[in-house]
Amino acid sequence: MFCIPFVKCIPLMALYSQLALGLINGSFYALLSLGLAVIFGMLRVINFAHGALYMLGAFVSWWLSITLGVPYWGALVLAPLAVGLVAILLEKSMLHRMYRLDPLYGLLLTFGLTQVIEGMFRYFYGASGQPYPAPDALQGPLLLGFMVLPIYRAWVVVVSVITCLGTWLLIERTKIGAYLRAATENPTLVQAFGINVPLMMTLTYAFGAALAGFAGVLAAPIYQVSPLMGTNLIIIVFAVVVAGGMGSILGAIITGYILGLLEGLTKVFYPEASNIVIFVVMAIVLLLRPAGLFGRAA
Amino acid sequence: MSLATSTAGVTNGTRARLNLTVAVVLAVAALVAPFMVYPVFLMNVLCFALFASAFNLLIGYVGLLSFGHATFFGGAAYVTAHAAKVWGLPTELAILIGVVAAAVLGLVVGFLAIRRQGIYFSMITLALSQMFYFICLQAPFTHGEDGIQGVPRGKFLGLVNLDDNFSLYFVVLAIVVAGHFIIWRIVHSPFGNILKAIRDNEPRAISLGYNADSYKLRAFVLSSALAGLAGGTNAIVFQLATLTGVEWQSSGEVILMTLLGGIGTLAGPPIGAAITVGLQTYLAALDFPVTVLIGLIFVVCVLLFRRGIAGEVAAFMRKRR
Repeated sequence: MFCIPFVKCIPLMALYSQLALGLINGSFYALLSLGLAVIFGMLRVINFAHGALYMLGAFVSWWLSITLGVPYWGALVLAPLAVGLVAILLEKSMLHRMYRLDPLYGLLLTFGLTQVIEGMFRYFYGASGQPYPAPDALQGPLLLGFMVLPIYRAWVVVVSVITCLGTWLLIERTKIGAYLRAATENPTLVQAFGINVPLMMTLTYAFGAALAGFAGVLAAPIYQVSPLMGTNLIIIVFAVVVAGGMGSILGAIITGYILGLLEGLTKVFYPEASNIVIFVVMAIVLLLRPAGLFGRAA
Repeated sequence: MSLATSTAGVTNGTRARLNLTVAVVLAVAALVAPFMVYPVFLMNVLCFALFASAFNLLIGYVGLLSFGHATFFGGAAYVTAHAAKVWGLPTELAILIGVVAAAVLGLVVGFLAIRRQGIYFSMITLALSQMFYFICLQAPFTHGEDGIQGVPRGKFLGLVNLDDNFSLYFVVLAIVVAGHFIIWRIVHSPFGNILKAIRDNEPRAISLGYNADSYKLRAFVLSSALAGLAGGTNAIVFQLATLTGVEWQSSGEVILMTLLGGIGTLAGPPIGAAITVGLQTYLAALDFPVTVLIGLIFVVCVLLFRRGIAGEVAAFMRKRR
């Protein structure tokens, strides 16, 4: 048994399983807030459509599976590419017009796009979810000794950690990342050095969107593939991003995992508050450290 | 930077004459309308007009985009409905308590949200309103998915029986006109001028000795209270308060109404509210999903006419002069 004095005692097994669940939710928070932070850093646009793109990733893999019989492993590559392609179309046709304007317009535009995308999917597929099985190789339980974890869930945690670290390395340690960081600081100067900044912006948006699509494929076997899966998640991710501060990529990742775990813990000790705990943490962070845990003061 | 369009430039004489004409036309229309159109629909439009105008007080005159105004509209609706049904309070007192509740909510949300600026402000208001949604989902007094149903309309000041749609219409009209008058007074007061100064250049306003945060918070509370007035009245009209009122979609709708009508104009939000509510009412019968249409209007507004209907008209008249 695990006890917090005067609060509650619970079996260790239950604690571990909720922590694992928290870690999985945290993986999605981290992947999505990472994408938001990358896009915001470069484009100064808060991508409300991030949740819709995540949903799109899940739907593309479901659709690939039932119409073309593409297996999970294929979807893991194809769906993010498809979502990235959609993102390029959105950026080229509409979003790039927002860069000269107040950042609020970018939020409003992507909010409108979300309504359109979600509304269409709800119209065609209804609000209920479509089942999408995990691949055979990842079925079954993983016996860890102190607890039992479905292999697929362990896989999600591992893959998301690798993806997050990979993205962080890409941005902090490679030449492309250096261009990206430079263009974030001073786009005009970087353009003067002969780097195609508009192209970089398009690709950055596509990359962030592809990350969301990738998260969508990972989520498909865990949550049901439904038109509404994205938006409720994106509002939580907004709270994660506010709490973490968008100044740092690593900060976004770490905050995502921490808040996921905290949510899992709340489910154990005070389940009634598990829906709101992330928002409460955000409020506390705002009171104590308005710039966010990892943010620089504006 | 600000999202508002300036209407300065039209001479005072033309403007006064124009305002008088518009006011007379509107007054006649408001008095005749319930005999031509279904009064409940009109009351819905009126409530959302006030809601959008209250929202516009923030975005148009302080430059703050609240993405969580449903909290104040829907929250006041719950409190008013509860006060009228469970506590059995008279209608006007129930609405008043709803307004107070919205103001208190506004104080809490505003206090947290003004700690960050720009886009963060919007994200914080959205997150806090989602939190409020979850609280409403679980709190016993909201009755979860069912909402508070069968709220009595009661008698206005103990005299006028509000179960009659026509009587209620004129009471709602009076409330909404009073709300708009308050907004108009705020915008044209010295307080309102300081708000506009903060909107246009916050560091300058601060360097002139104004406590920008305190002004922002006061504007936020006023805006929430007025949104609450709209929400409470709406709950009396429909005798109902549900989760729909506190959903993020409602926050999005009021943004759309204001954007469509014209951010930072006094006439814009009611125009936008009338169009949006009209579309929702008449499209509900069709198969076409309303959210898609709302999203499309959003996209078109942001891409092509950011000044909104009233803003474009004002710009057109400036050009013609």
